[in-house]
Amino acid sequence: MGIIRKTLTSRPVAALASPHTVDHYLEQIHPMLAAGNVRARVVEVIRETGDASTVVMRPNGAWKGFVPGQHVQFGVEVDGTRRVRVFSVSSSRASKDKTFSVSVKAHPDGYVSQFLHRELTPGTVVFLSQAEGDFVLPRDVPDHLLLASGGSGITPVMSMVRTLRDSGHTGRVTFLHYARSRADEMFTAQLDELATSDVEVVRVYTREPEPGAEIAGRFHVDHLKHLGIDPTETLTYVCGPAGLIASVRDTYAELGAADQLRMEYFKVPSVDADAADATGTLSFDDAAIETDNSGATILEQAEAAGLKPEFGCRMGVCNTCAIKKNSGAVRHVVTGEICADTDETIKICVQVPIGDVNVAL
Amino acid sequence: MAFTLTKKKNAPIKPKSASQHNAAPLTLINPFNDKPATIGLDYMTYEQLDEFGTELDAVRQRVLDDLGQKDADYIRRVIRAQRAAEVLGRIGIFMPFFPPAFIAGILLLGVAKILDNMEIGHNVMHGQYDWMNDPMVNGARFEWDNVAPAQDWKHGHNYIHHTYTNIHGMDRDIGYNLLRIDGDQPWYGTHRFNLPLAFVLMMVFEWGVMYHGVELDQYLQGKISKADFQARKKRAMKKIRKQVLKDYVAWPLLGLALVPVVGWWAPLAILGANVVANIIRNIWTFLIIFCGHFPAEVQTFAEEDAQNESRGQWYLRQLLGSANISGHAPFHVLTGNLSYQIEHHLFPDIPARRYPEVAEDVKLLVEKYGLHYNTGRLSKQLASVARQLAVYGKKPSDPYKIGNSPESKALRRAKREEAARRVEAARESQLTS
Repeated sequence: MGIIRKTLTSRPVAALASPHTVDHYLEQIHPMLAAGNVRARVVEVIRETGDASTVVMRPNGAWKGFVPGQHVQFGVEVDGTRRVRVFSVSSSRASKDKTFSVSVKAHPDGYVSQFLHRELTPGTVVFLSQAEGDFVLPRDVPDHLLLASGGSGITPVMSMVRTLRDSGHTGRVTFLHYARSRADEMFTAQLDELATSDVEVVRVYTREPEPGAEIAGRFHVDHLKHLGIDPTETLTYVCGPAGLIASVRDTYAELGAADQLRMEYFKVPSVDADAADATGTLSFDDAAIETDNSGATILEQAEAAGLKPEFGCRMGVCNTCAIKKNSGAVRHVVTGEICADTDETIKICVQVPIGDVNVAL
Repeated sequence: MAFTLTKKKNAPIKPKSASQHNAAPLTLINPFNDKPATIGLDYMTYEQLDEFGTELDAVRQRVLDDLGQKDADYIRRVIRAQRAAEVLGRIGIFMPFFPPAFIAGILLLGVAKILDNMEIGHNVMHGQYDWMNDPMVNGARFEWDNVAPAQDWKHGHNYIHHTYTNIHGMDRDIGYNLLRIDGDQPWYGTHRFNLPLAFVLMMVFEWGVMYHGVELDQYLQGKISKADFQARKKRAMKKIRKQVLKDYVAWPLLGLALVPVVGWWAPLAILGANVVANIIRNIWTFLIIFCGHFPAEVQTFAEEDAQNESRGQWYLRQLLGSANISGHAPFHVLTGNLSYQIEHHLFPDIPARRYPEVAEDVKLLVEKYGLHYNTGRLSKQLASVARQLAVYGKKPSDPYKIGNSPESKALRRAKREEAARRVEAARESQLTS
C-alpha cells in the first residue's frame, strides 16, 4: 500500500472528513479515485458463445487482487439504480496488464446478466467489492488435481486452470466439465485451445452427447474410474448446480474421500412455489404486515408486500440483506438446511419460510 | 404460532414505507373502541376522505413509478455542490490574513453544512433515495454533519414526528418541550420567556436537536427504559466527540501551520470560523423548521381525534398540520425543499425535488375539497411564528390551560384513573372469557 493511500486511510484524515469518508470527497474529483472503495473501468466486453459474456476490467488502486476461485460483488448502475450481483473471476491471476475479468451467463430473467450481455459498454465504471470466497487453490498445489464443474460453474474453475497453466504448474490437472450441449457451453473456443495443452480436458454434454464420447450422462462414479482418478488421493474442486454438487459429495462420502472435496454452489435454485411447505403466514413485524406464504424467498415476498429491504447479491453471499428472524422455521434454498431457532439472523434472499414465520422487517 | 395473528391489530392504512427505518405511518388504534377518527369531518364525509386518500396515493405512486436517472443525477449534483462548497470554504478559512477570502470561506462552509443537513441529510435519511441502492445516499447508513446522531434523529423525526404529526402528547416536536406554540399546550411559567428561549434555541439549534433525541423527558416520565436512554446518551456523546474533534480541534490544529505566516492567533481564527459556520447553519435550519409547523392556522390534534384514522384522514392531518414557504428555486434547495412542508409531510419518502411538481396536484385537491393551503413568504411566516410565540407565552385566563393549576392536576388524575380502570376492566373480561 502506497504512502498516499496509507495517509488517506489514516485516522487523522478520517477525523477531518467526519462524518463522511475521504472517498466521499475523492470521488468528486474522479470516479475511479478512491482510498477504500473498489471501482473498475470496463476495458472490454467479450460476447462468448452460449449467451455468455466476459467483462474485462481495470480496477483502481483500492483493489487488493484475487485468488483463483474467488468471486466479487459487481455493481452496475442502470437508470439511477445500482444493481449488485456476485460473479466469479474467470481470468488468470498471472495476467500482466493489471486487468481481470468476470464471466457471466445471461440468465433469461437475470436483469444484470442480460444488461452485461446486451448493453454494457467499455469505459463504464462499475462498483466492486474486494474478492471474496474460500473456494480457492491451496498455496502448494498437489501433484494431482481434479477440477469439476457444471454449466456456468465453469467460471471460477476457468480462473484456476488458466492460472495453473500460466504459472508453469507441472502436476497432473484433470478438468471435467458438464454442459447440456456444445452450443450451450461457455468458453468453447478456450476449452478447445486448453485441450491442446498439458491440462487433461474432458467435456461431457449431458443432453446432446458428442458421437463417440468416452463418457456420457450426468456425473457418476464410473466417470472417475474411467479417467483413472482415485478420489481418496486427488484434491477435488467442484462448482456448479446443486444437483451436480450433491452427487459428487455423496460419491466422495461413500468412498471415504470427503476431506479431499472443495465445493461451491453456483446458482440459486429456482424455488418451487407449489411446494408442500408453502403454507402459513409470513409476518413483517416492524411494518405490521402479514402475508400468506407464497413459497418464494422472504426477500421476494417482502418486496411483493411493498417493503423495500436492503439487498445486494440476492444469492446468499454478501450478507447485505441479513435481518433478524423473530420466530418460525426457514429453509435455505441452496443447501436445503432448515433453521428454526428464534432470534437468529438470516439472509432473506436465500431463505423460504416453512409455515408461520415472523421477521424483523 | 398463531400469536402473530392476534398480537397486532392490522391498521386500516396500507403499507407505505419505502424503507425499514421509516416505518411510518402506523395508525393510532383505540383498543376499546372501533369508532372511526373524527379528523376532517368539518371538511368532508368519510367517503370523501377515502377518495381523498386514494387520490393522494395515486399521486405518490405516479412519482415512484417515474423515479430514475434524473433523480439520481440531481442528488449527485447537490452532493457535488456541497463538497465543492465545503472544500472551498475550508480553504477560505485558512486565509485569515486575507479577510475577503476568510469571510467567503465562513459563508461557504455555512452553506455546505446547510446543504449537508437539509437537501442531502434530511432527505436521504427519510429514505428518499434508497431505491438507488447506492451506499452514499442510503437512509440507513447516512450520517450528517450535525451533533445529533442520525439514528436517534430518525426515530424522533421519521417515525414519531411524521407519523403522529401535531398530535398533542405524541408529537414531541410541538414546541420541542420548551416553547408554547399552540393554545392546546398546557402553559407553564417558563413560557413567559417563549421569545428569548426561542432565540437561544436558534443559536444552538444542532445541540437542541441532539438533546431532543436523547429523550430525557421520555425517560423521566417512564416512557422509555433506562437501557434505551443510556444507549441514546452514549450515541450522542460519541457523535459530539467526533464533531467537536473535527470542527474545534483537528482543523484548528492544522492551522498551526499558518502560525509562522499569520501569527499565534491563526488556529483561533479557524476555530472561530467553524463556530460561526455552525451558527449560520443553526439559524437557517431553525428558521425553516419553525416555519413548517408553527405559523398561525396550522392545526393541532388531540389523541382521541386521531384514533382509528383512515389513510385519507392521515393525509388530511398532514396537510392541515403543515405550512409552506414560497420562494425561488435556489431558496427551495437551501431549505431542502422543506419550504414544501405540506408535500413533504404527505409524501416524506419521495425525492424532495419532486415536491414542486406534486404541489400542483395537491393544490387541485385542496381546491376540490375546499381546504386551506397554508403558504406565504418567509417574512410572513416568520412574523406569524413570532406572534404565536408571543401570544401563547402569556398566561391564559382559563385555569385548565395552565399546566400546574389545581384544575389541570385534577383533570390529569381523573384521566389516569380512567385509563387504569379500563385496563383493569379489559383484564377482567379476558380472565372471565
